[in-house]
Amino acid sequence: MGAGRLYTAVAAGGFRRYATYRAATAAGVFTNTVFGIILVYTYLALWDEKPHLGGYDQAQAVTYVWLGQCLYATLAIQGGGVEKDLMERIRTGEIAIDLYRPADLQLWWLATDLGRSLFQMLGRGVIPFVFGAVFFSMYLPTDVVTWMTFAVALLLAMVVSFGIRYLAALSVFWLMDGMGVSQAMMVLGIFCSGMTLPLNVFPGAFGEVVRALPWAAQLQVPADVLMGESTPLRAFAFQAAWAVALLAAGRLLQTAATRRVVVQGG
Amino acid sequence: MGEVTRLGEGLRAYRLIAGMWIRSSLTYRASFFLTLIGNLVVTGLDFATILLMFTQVDRLGGWTMPEVAFLYGLSATAFGFADLVFGSLDVLGTRIRDGSFDTLLVRPAPVLAQIGADHFALRRLGRISQGGLVLAYALTAIDVDWTPEKVLLVPVTVAGGAVIFCALFLMGATFQFVAGDAAEVQNAFTYGGTTLLQYPPTVFGKDFVRGVTFLLPLAFVNWIPAAHILGRPYPLRLPEWTAWAPPLVAVAGCALAGLAWRVGLRSYRSTGS
Repeated sequence: MGAGRLYTAVAAGGFRRYATYRAATAAGVFTNTVFGIILVYTYLALWDEKPHLGGYDQAQAVTYVWLGQCLYATLAIQGGGVEKDLMERIRTGEIAIDLYRPADLQLWWLATDLGRSLFQMLGRGVIPFVFGAVFFSMYLPTDVVTWMTFAVALLLAMVVSFGIRYLAALSVFWLMDGMGVSQAMMVLGIFCSGMTLPLNVFPGAFGEVVRALPWAAQLQVPADVLMGESTPLRAFAFQAAWAVALLAAGRLLQTAATRRVVVQGG
Repeated sequence: MGEVTRLGEGLRAYRLIAGMWIRSSLTYRASFFLTLIGNLVVTGLDFATILLMFTQVDRLGGWTMPEVAFLYGLSATAFGFADLVFGSLDVLGTRIRDGSFDTLLVRPAPVLAQIGADHFALRRLGRISQGGLVLAYALTAIDVDWTPEKVLLVPVTVAGGAVIFCALFLMGATFQFVAGDAAEVQNAFTYGGTTLLQYPPTVFGKDFVRGVTFLLPLAFVNWIPAAHILGRPYPLRLPEWTAWAPPLVAVAGCALAGLAWRVGLRSYRSTGS
């Protein structure tokens, strides 16, 4: 089997696995919709007080909220993607089986996570977004080209998201338990991705720093691409640079881990 | 009399099980303090967001920063207590699915006490401390003519709010008897509820405020008592006395949630695996 077909099959497996939990998906849709409604009201109050905050008008702020709810599970912004399984496999020692497979560890998990992302977007993300578009006045681009560039930005965001979580998961080779790392990732993910407030609203030098971190590639950059606030090439370059850097770091860490670390288990 | 001894039994079982989990978590002391601090930071993020908003504006929905901090402090502290007591209830769905719920049924202790104290996490004190700190700050910063009545209303509000959130947690747990996989729905009401109450009622649409006052009595957790203390117009122009209604709402909510729990428990059929 060709490498392309192998990883496509792995990605399809990731997609199907998450598609199994129908009630959980429905519950997630409901929760994201409720949080979206709460956030939209607070943002509208904020933008009412200060129009054009962060360069967005009210309709764009609404789009930002619902895009955030759409991408929340898609990009596992709070964690809870395939890195959870990977951490568990490292902890229990089952990772040894993965290392035996005639497939690359990093690509294997990347493919699984992309499959998961795609399902979470279609199954869990689209409905809250459509709900937002129907019940609130939302800014949406009308030209196909913007939507296509947005799709590319989204794909890059998925890779960056995986890159961050893969590094977190590999740390379990040394830490033995992923709880602390997961918690730290959750804090950083929610705050630095701009889930609670768009990053372009963050003031001063603090804002500059946060906007340069890899988390900015997850929600802020695709949102700016969708709303025409950023030139696509600049956005792609930022995302691709982080994607390459994170994947390379992941590869280095993976080599170090498999060389030096003794696998857990008896 | 029978009910009272049952309640005593339940509390005793809860204390014993929670004590066991506390001892177990304190075995790894460093890890415990790290998760405690982590919990404090995670919950502090909501407030950091509010602070960030106020770097851009002076008022939100007409409310000043200390006033919003007051809402936040009341809601977060009340929610923190409920989360400490009943936060573990969301594992019910998992326990039903893997069949381990059946074990609880055969033990000679009330099921609610057992599941409530399951994995009792003292680290959740982080949330209470963080909410308490914000509340303490807000109490010194808000501009209020304090009367004994208003001073007394603050602890009553926190206690009432905590019990209202407990009732919500219990309702959410009961729902898992019907749909075990859908445990996340509970989060929309509990976490969603506390997030919502951190912002002034004037921010939200009127129908939405109606919903969280009469359908889901969240407004009683802090909005109405806070409006009374701050001398602001009540949401939905409710009568003046409703500021003291939270304890009543809490009792009614618990009665309803308790009843639902019993019905749910009685209708439980094991997965058989």
